[in-house]
Amino acid sequence: MGMNEAKLQEILDQYPAKVQKNRKKHIFIKRSDVESQQIEANTRTIPGIITNRGCAYAGCKGVVLGPIKDMVHIVHGPIGCGYYAWNTRRNKAKSDDPKQNFINYCISTDMQESDIVFGGEKKLTKVIDEVMEIFNPKAITLSATCPVGLIGDDMGAVAKAAEAKHGVQVLSFSCEGYKGVSQSAGHHIANNILMEKVIGTGEQEEAPAKFPINLLGEYNIGGDGWEVERILKEIGYHVVSVMTGDGSYEAIKNAHTAELNLVQCHRSINYIAEMLETKYGTPWLKVNFIGIEGTIESLRNMALYFDNKELTLKTEAVIASELARIEPIFEQYKKICAGKTAFCFVGGSRGHHFQNLFSELGIETLLAGYEFAHRDDYEGREVIPTIKTDADSKNIPHYTAEVDEKRFRLKVSPEKLEELKAKIPLGEYKGMRFDMKDGSIIVDDLNHFETEEFIKALKPDIFTSGIKDKYVIQKMGINSKQLHSYDYSGPYAGFNGAVKFAEDISMGFASPTWNFITPPWKNQPLLEGSVTEEGVA
Amino acid sequence: MLDCTPKEITERKSGGMINPAKTCQPIGAMYAALGIHKCLPHSHGSQGCCSYHRMHLTRHFRDPVMASTSCFTEGSSVFGGGANLKASIQNVFHIYKPDVMAIHTTCLTETIGDDVSSIIKTAEVAADKLVIHANTPSYVGSHITGFSNMTKAMVSYLAKNTLPKKKEQANIIPGFVNPGDMREIKRLVQSMDIEYIMFPDTSGVVDSPMTGEFQMYPEGGTTVEQLKDTGNSQLSLALGRFASSDPADLLNKQCGVPAAVLKTPIGIKATDALLMTLRNSFAREIPKELEIERGQLVDIMTDTHFHFHGKTVAIFGDPDIVTGLTEFVLSLGMVPLHVLTGTPGGSSNSAAGSFEDDINEMLKGAGIEANVKSAGDLFTLHQWIKNQPVDLLIGNTYGKYIARAEDIPFMRVGFPILDRSVHSYLPIVGYQGAMRLIEMISNALLDRADRDAKDEDFELVM
Repeated sequence: MGMNEAKLQEILDQYPAKVQKNRKKHIFIKRSDVESQQIEANTRTIPGIITNRGCAYAGCKGVVLGPIKDMVHIVHGPIGCGYYAWNTRRNKAKSDDPKQNFINYCISTDMQESDIVFGGEKKLTKVIDEVMEIFNPKAITLSATCPVGLIGDDMGAVAKAAEAKHGVQVLSFSCEGYKGVSQSAGHHIANNILMEKVIGTGEQEEAPAKFPINLLGEYNIGGDGWEVERILKEIGYHVVSVMTGDGSYEAIKNAHTAELNLVQCHRSINYIAEMLETKYGTPWLKVNFIGIEGTIESLRNMALYFDNKELTLKTEAVIASELARIEPIFEQYKKICAGKTAFCFVGGSRGHHFQNLFSELGIETLLAGYEFAHRDDYEGREVIPTIKTDADSKNIPHYTAEVDEKRFRLKVSPEKLEELKAKIPLGEYKGMRFDMKDGSIIVDDLNHFETEEFIKALKPDIFTSGIKDKYVIQKMGINSKQLHSYDYSGPYAGFNGAVKFAEDISMGFASPTWNFITPPWKNQPLLEGSVTEEGVA
Repeated sequence: MLDCTPKEITERKSGGMINPAKTCQPIGAMYAALGIHKCLPHSHGSQGCCSYHRMHLTRHFRDPVMASTSCFTEGSSVFGGGANLKASIQNVFHIYKPDVMAIHTTCLTETIGDDVSSIIKTAEVAADKLVIHANTPSYVGSHITGFSNMTKAMVSYLAKNTLPKKKEQANIIPGFVNPGDMREIKRLVQSMDIEYIMFPDTSGVVDSPMTGEFQMYPEGGTTVEQLKDTGNSQLSLALGRFASSDPADLLNKQCGVPAAVLKTPIGIKATDALLMTLRNSFAREIPKELEIERGQLVDIMTDTHFHFHGKTVAIFGDPDIVTGLTEFVLSLGMVPLHVLTGTPGGSSNSAAGSFEDDINEMLKGAGIEANVKSAGDLFTLHQWIKNQPVDLLIGNTYGKYIARAEDIPFMRVGFPILDRSVHSYLPIVGYQGAMRLIEMISNALLDRADRDAKDEDFELVM
């Protein structure tokens, strides 16, 4: 059973006219016989729609800043925002200096009514003073919540005064929840300031080891980043910094020393990769460490870039030994998964990346989409110049990187760069649409109503999404897997991650629990026999 | 683990929180609204609020938690959220078809001063549909306050005194407890053969069965008819002062239903008090089955008193739950050394009374001196424990970090519990709930004793 335009229209017809008109632009059925298929993305969700989206604060503090372990992150606002972004995202971190690992701490100004009325700047200042006294961190971030911008607290001024007083960097992020249209706005707010004020402030002029790289857009959910680092280190790369999973302020300061930037989550950080190229001359490579093939391809592309015989040989040796180790295990799970179908709806880039893993397991992705992506994540980077800026994105401060005269250095010659670009995705991403089969559905900002309708129409065997959907889907008797938190498992990246993922979703398919949904008495009459005029015989 | 927390306590005067023991009002309002039959909670604010609340509730209950949002942008924050809310009301009823839409505000919409009541009045709502709202500013109180405010909204919008004489019927306001607790409280009242209306009632909503079909509005929840009829009841029982006394007071003012404010029936004393109030108010004798249950509980308490008597304990969580737990561990002969809630504690003069006064009173009766604090945080609790270690820590999931750091047994009770399952189905209230608590306390302590015992001291029978 597939989806066609008529069936899609039937689903959309159930909406009020205005909603229908809007949602129609966010959904298309993939056709490769047309050159482009435009989707509307990164625009407002309609009020009243049960969306999966969060807010700018969630993207800024929750996603990008939170994982940086050696900074204290202060949330300026009423208690809830700090509370919900505390240890809930599985961005794992470990530190050689436990006294400078603040990952398990939640610090909030806990604004009260009087702070809303009279302003919260004084309280924020006092909280910073206390944080310095108790924790003595090397740097602090301040994240704004909705009321802060509305009452006009000048967090920037508080941060500046605190820097002067305490002699550490205090970064202020105006990531009020109403900014932009989703978490994406918050990623931009966070990353722009890290770019402007942290990256490049380290003293190192050169990386301490050969083949230095940064891993951008890797948040170390369930230890993904550690698995990627394990492989990279084995091959001989030096990981300068990770942004921001298990990230550290100290490392990010020296991110300018990398020879290549790897971009895992295109959505949240591609613009920083561009800026790093402008400022320091470091090219970026789109990688995908989700899936065995994706991992191998990414490693080979990196080897092509560095063009070093020893590194290339080691790359192939590591790939061969990893494959020999995992393939027999992976094959077992393929038997359980082959022929199944999936929906894959996740936040930014995972909605695309995990389709590779599904495909390697013999699972076809029928529907995919992103919660907070932009058009380029669907259609490819070539559409970026055509994306119109609307009122909602205009209010996110723009940062333009300029050449760092002292530290700019071409990492490869322009001729070599062009040659490489023909072979590997340097500064390039083709988007989700490119990899999807004809007839599959692509949906932006999928909502609850559509989730139910598409499930009824296409009956997938597995739906990968987030916690808000998870139990809705399971109630329908369909295997459901969280791809934000990995259902508390992982890692799912790299070679070990592929096996772990295969094991986990196979477990979902193979669980005996599905057999118990229908009680035995539903299929068996209470009394055997026939009803006669005198009663039951 | 938590290596940055120093043992030495320095006074903190900023009013900020480090590792909070409370969250904000709207999540409590959302949970309460789920306890209305065929109701869709609606968050009037930014998308993030609704998303966070749904995530946290879903993680605790492991069941769908449906709610919609007004999806604020910067424009709506500047010009007011009226248009967003009206569009939401239209879209929600058209697409998701609830009977009731229960709107709660957020810090955003409270700060800009949206007049939700007026917006609702000018919105188009079908005659057979209902929109109610509660003001739940995140910068006042806690999630418990939000639960109370939404429960109050059920009264202010719906409760009517329509009969010349009150019905022989009790209103039961259970407070912010699990559906398993609500079921158990209903069982107690039913077994006494007393007509009742429980509101809100999330049993059958966030513990719905697996049938192979998703129901947007499961079978549970207090119906609108029942909510209207609460005004005709003879008595309201507010279980837990912080979550339930305000709606009960309002019912009294609005419809003349007298209120009895009792502790959340955790442990033997609070359960006795609930049953005695029911018995005396409705002239019903306590049925044999409950008397047997009570006897069994006392039997267990006696048989195993040496497992827990004299053990020191730290308790944190929501004020009504912590009050009940403190009373019960005292009944077991345990010694609470640290008792803390994140919810601001009211004062001796306020309707909700003072958490600290309540706990201190109980401790005084037992001759125990302890650290007691409302509006506290887990950083403080951890420092207390570092200075005065305990045998057991009782609280919600967030306590696991302290328990690990200090290597103490940990027992999960309250909201939220994000790392264990089944808890929301099984009660901690009533005599059976008390038995379950004893089992949990004993297991935590004895598992630790077994783990730490030398081979020669490792016992088969304990």
